[in-house]
Amino acid sequence: MKLPFLPNHDDASFFDFLTRQHPELTPGGRRSTEPPLPVHELPRSVGPVTVPQATTVLAVKSQQGVVIAGDRRATEGFQIAERRIEKVFKIDDYSAMAIAGAAGPCIEMAKLFQTELEHYEKLEGMQLSCEGKANKLGQMVKANLPMVFQGLVVMPLYVGFDLKRGEGRIFKYDLAGGRYEESDYHAIGSGGKDARNTMREHFKKAMTEQEALKLALLALYNAADDDVGTGGPDLIRGIYPTAKIVNAQGITDVSESDIRGVYEAMLATRMAKER
Amino acid sequence: MPMPYYVSPEQMMQDKAEYAKKGIAKGRSIIAMEYVDGILLAAENPSASLHKISEIYDSIAFAGAGKYSEFENLRKAGIRHADLKGFMYSREDVTARSLANGYSQSLGTIFSQEMKPLEVEILVVQIGHNGHSNEMYRISFDGSIIDEKQFAVIGGKSEAVQAALKEKVPAGPPDLKTALNLSILALEQTGNQKLSLETLEVAVLDRTRENRKFRRYTPAETKQFLA
Repeated sequence: MKLPFLPNHDDASFFDFLTRQHPELTPGGRRSTEPPLPVHELPRSVGPVTVPQATTVLAVKSQQGVVIAGDRRATEGFQIAERRIEKVFKIDDYSAMAIAGAAGPCIEMAKLFQTELEHYEKLEGMQLSCEGKANKLGQMVKANLPMVFQGLVVMPLYVGFDLKRGEGRIFKYDLAGGRYEESDYHAIGSGGKDARNTMREHFKKAMTEQEALKLALLALYNAADDDVGTGGPDLIRGIYPTAKIVNAQGITDVSESDIRGVYEAMLATRMAKER
Repeated sequence: MPMPYYVSPEQMMQDKAEYAKKGIAKGRSIIAMEYVDGILLAAENPSASLHKISEIYDSIAFAGAGKYSEFENLRKAGIRHADLKGFMYSREDVTARSLANGYSQSLGTIFSQEMKPLEVEILVVQIGHNGHSNEMYRISFDGSIIDEKQFAVIGGKSEAVQAALKEKVPAGPPDLKTALNLSILALEQTGNQKLSLETLEVAVLDRTRENRKFRRYTPAETKQFLA
């Protein structure tokens, strides 16, 4: 008997529901009834796929929680595809994720992850634990593996405030869905290494949120300085990196004027050095 | 081979309806009432963790009376439907009307084709934004939908509560405190006993909230609000 919407599904996961009932809507876009392809038969990319790529995103721990930030540039080959792309997403009240990789699938994964957590909360009447959220994201990255072979990489960086432990946490992933916790800071994307270098030099334990924000923005600036794929502050158009702060009170956007203020001070000291 | 006894369709439907009504009559009532900033939902519920009222989507809530396991399944199906639609299209495309239709189809099909009908009565309510009016749908065990205004009642003594409310609910939408007091009064009047706030499940769809409009009041918050 076909009922309009009582599919026999018993799981609190929206992602699993999509995979079973509407596989065409999942990032991989495969039917679950098809057997998985053996690795040597997976479709390889035929030449470079040119889709917009998103670039340097990072997270830094402070005493109260975590600061997560990202630049605004998306590139397509040697062209700038988008100057104002948003790479840091609020996922729920206590977590955020930032993405690097193919912009379209990245944004889709963020949206799916938001729905996933909200879905779970509504069905079960309580939120997933911070660890549970991080693991679920790992499974989603793993499910995207077939797309990676076609050149559509999605690489998230996840931060959450763990209410049980009372601290902010940072998780990074690998393409196979492996999940690793970082104790202090991390950056991913084409400029990730440059950003990590900056943070390694200047990171201190138990920084205030303002110090952590300044460090995050400095690291983004240095990454943009060395990496063509990363956009720095655009003073002419008024485009600045975006940042969010996650702490025990929840998640808040750092206002654009605050970020502009940090950059203006930073640029003034740099200009003074050049004279 | 013995022939099965013949039962006329009328008799069968009547029996099923009676059975379902009996099941629903055992439970207590749930009230949904429009107030100035949204819709109030109030239910007598001795359990603090097994909810009768729940959030479905940004501005849509659900309430179920009757058999818990059955309306819980309907609630989950509704959330899946809403989240799927919101994911596939956009958040504003999720509407109470489409949900109520889906529920009506499901309940109607089960009522006519299954041996045992569902012993449930449900409410799907949505608050309107930017001058759009609120929507409240009451759906019965046989799939019939009733579009309600001002207030809606489901559950055991729904007719008595409805009658009690009809006299008292003002023409314009009351403020939240008045609406809550009216609901408590109506539940007490029909239950013939003082209602402890500990056993009152209260939630609102509040238009003034950001994004997700649903908010649950704990007994302590309700007490503080009414004080």
